[in-house]
Amino acid sequence: MSEHLSIIVKSIFIENLALSFFLGMCTFLAVSKNVKTALGLGVAVIAIQAITVPANNLIYQYLLKEGALSWAGVPDSNLEFLGLISYIGVIAAMVQILEMTLDKYFPPLYNALGIFLPLITVNCAILGGSLFMVEREYTFIQSVEFGIGSGIGWAMAIAALAGIREKLKYSDVPHGLRGLGITFIIVGLMAMAFMAFGGIQL
Amino acid sequence: MAGNKAKDVLLDPVFKNNPIALQVLGICSALAVTTKLDTSLTMCVAVIFVVAFSNLAVSLIRNYIPSSVRIIVQMTIIASLVILVDQVLKAYAFDVSKQMSVFVGLIITNCIVMGRAEGFAMKNTPMVSFLDGIGNGLGYSFILLTVGFFRELFGSGKLLGMQVMPDAYPNNGLMLLAPSAFFLIGIIIWVIRTFRPEQIEEA
Repeated sequence: MSEHLSIIVKSIFIENLALSFFLGMCTFLAVSKNVKTALGLGVAVIAIQAITVPANNLIYQYLLKEGALSWAGVPDSNLEFLGLISYIGVIAAMVQILEMTLDKYFPPLYNALGIFLPLITVNCAILGGSLFMVEREYTFIQSVEFGIGSGIGWAMAIAALAGIREKLKYSDVPHGLRGLGITFIIVGLMAMAFMAFGGIQL
Repeated sequence: MAGNKAKDVLLDPVFKNNPIALQVLGICSALAVTTKLDTSLTMCVAVIFVVAFSNLAVSLIRNYIPSSVRIIVQMTIIASLVILVDQVLKAYAFDVSKQMSVFVGLIITNCIVMGRAEGFAMKNTPMVSFLDGIGNGLGYSFILLTVGFFRELFGSGKLLGMQVMPDAYPNNGLMLLAPSAFFLIGIIIWVIRTFRPEQIEEA
């Protein structure tokens, strides 16, 4: 039990995708101007991350890994080099499917998240999640936990940044730093604050 | 005239229209590899290669791509190029590729590559797109190398693995951690905008 909890806590706080691995920075900086849209995007990322990381885990385990094709009678295959292209394909397809499902069955949710879904295909946090899953050799269960945890961590980081940026409107920032510059420095400070979680072991 | 345009396309993205500092593209995979100068250098070469050739390829077939599936087509081209880079790195520079771990793969989702393919290569001729790719790659490299230089110099007192700082210099461990990369980019943006006031955002 504690081992599972530890993966979740670790992926939310200690190894936060946005703040300690710099993943998904483009959208992180571009869509964090107000809390509401940031939360919308955050939820979309959690959903996609929770689907794609386990899906890619299955693909890796049963199709790509060295010797993974033995169930099909090809015991010494190694398709790992096709990894990148399959993961990105899965992600693009999943985003598309999710978009269509939401559109058909949950129109209000689609209207809320709709514009963010295409953005997510090129969000490095999603592909990064899948690649970390492969590199750390997670099992299927672990990959589900990692997917959900890292999604939540990313969503939390973007919501927090959006909150700070909303308040920032009232402060007097040096001219050259306005906009992008000060945002980077804020993210730096947030990353530093998150480092406080660093020593936690469960 | 033609020569002038080529030069503009090549050099504009380095300072005037820097993809990182002005367009906020491609920071994703950039920062994590800048703790050392040699990984930053490898990353730069890889990105320049991928941007230039994906621009070239996309531009060559731009008139045959139906616009509804263009994103997938671009993705496939980019992913193939990145696989190529990944395999070459694993074969000839295994240590560096180990240190860069997942970040080579993340070049696929590097917004610069995608952004240039979509925004420039779809509308321009192959030769110009190729140059634009190299230019944007250089602009990206400029920031990456600056950040990598300072982080390695102050973080471990070395440059490219050679001791530069005197022994009395205590290594500043913070420079090797995530926050310092953000601070450095923030400061670089500040410096660039001080010299080019027209880039200042009224936020």
